[in-house]
Amino acid sequence: MAGKTIIKAVLRREFLLSVRNASASLNGVWFFVLVCGLFAIGIGPDKEQLGGLAPGLIWVTALLAVMLSVDALFRHDYADGSLEQLLLAAHSLYFLVLARLMAQALLIAVPLALVSPLLALMLGMKAAGLPVLILSLLLGVPTLVMIGAIGAALTVGFERGGLLLALLVLPLYVPVLIFAAAAVVSAADGYTYAGQLMILAAQFVLAVALSPLAVVAGLRLNYYH
Amino acid sequence: MLEIRELCCERGERLLFDQFNLVCGPGDIIEIRGANGSGKSTLLRILAGLAQDYSGTVSWRESAKQASSEVSPIEFRRLSLYLGHASAVNASLTPLENLMWLTELTTPVDESRAIAALQQMQLGECEDVFCHHLSAGQQRRVALARLLTVDARLWILDEPFTALDSAGVDLLHQLIQHQVRDGGVVVLTTHLPLTGLAGVKVVQL
Repeated sequence: MAGKTIIKAVLRREFLLSVRNASASLNGVWFFVLVCGLFAIGIGPDKEQLGGLAPGLIWVTALLAVMLSVDALFRHDYADGSLEQLLLAAHSLYFLVLARLMAQALLIAVPLALVSPLLALMLGMKAAGLPVLILSLLLGVPTLVMIGAIGAALTVGFERGGLLLALLVLPLYVPVLIFAAAAVVSAADGYTYAGQLMILAAQFVLAVALSPLAVVAGLRLNYYH
Repeated sequence: MLEIRELCCERGERLLFDQFNLVCGPGDIIEIRGANGSGKSTLLRILAGLAQDYSGTVSWRESAKQASSEVSPIEFRRLSLYLGHASAVNASLTPLENLMWLTELTTPVDESRAIAALQQMQLGECEDVFCHHLSAGQQRRVALARLLTVDARLWILDEPFTALDSAGVDLLHQLIQHQVRDGGVVVLTTHLPLTGLAGVKVVQL
């Protein structure tokens, strides 16, 4: 178990770096907004059609935005040597990495969840789906970040790991996408959605508990050459 | 006391070390010498515990006599300090923020000690400047300030003189001299002649 002060130090560093590099941190949100806007233009003004597609469109776009953000998760620290020092820390790496992933999950999920109602309204989604959309993003995006971090840890040593990351991670994203989009569709149509959200929550718990193990192992592999 | 026994390690189907042995005790300065690609950095990474794909044993014991005094991996990380090619200095943080973070990972210190260390490395004026405004040599000094804040017994320094000016080189010589006088061990690689240091043991790879 790692001490409180080191966990605090990890969180402080993540938030500080995210604020200092705000333009890079907000890349994912820009992508999210722009692509949803393009869908609205591309599909046309038919409100019925757009509204029906909206939950799926928003979730697919959010998923791609997360992948975009996750690619940079360890890249900086690998390049400047900070990652070596993190791996040599005299603390349990599981908790250090967990703290870091939680901070990143928050930093990625909250902005996406905040802008999502606007995008949903723009795409003509039924208002009944809005709270569930926000909730599904807050539950599902952290799961995506945790899973994506495994891919990011494995590919950080490759200069252009982006495509490889997508290949590794996208199949694992599918279950989250299925249940998250289904929850929003059900809510928008006035059906019950509790089951889908519970499965999302279960996926989140599983990802939080297990992904730090895989991330630590993946990061270590980069130094075996 | 650091002990390496029968270390074998291969990289890309090439045998870097075959039955490599090294024992060093308190007060030793060990210079690992070898041509480019001879495995100097790999050896230091293995010592630090960063690379674990080798056979043989690397152990650190508190005393030479008791075989049972071998320390745990976590304890070893607190006792050792590894400085790689890259300085581990984040460009978006100030020297003080960087130093506080790096010490937090092994042995936390209070801010006043970190500030004193930066001043000793002649970084007193740039404490609050973002590191991307600093030169390569100044960034290296930020990394080296850790030597002053962390009470490590074993220093593992991979090309620590890179980018340092002559005053910086002298300063680092003093730090190394001080460390071994206190009974510490320093293992380092460099392409500069270590004329300013007395009692360097050379290990040829």
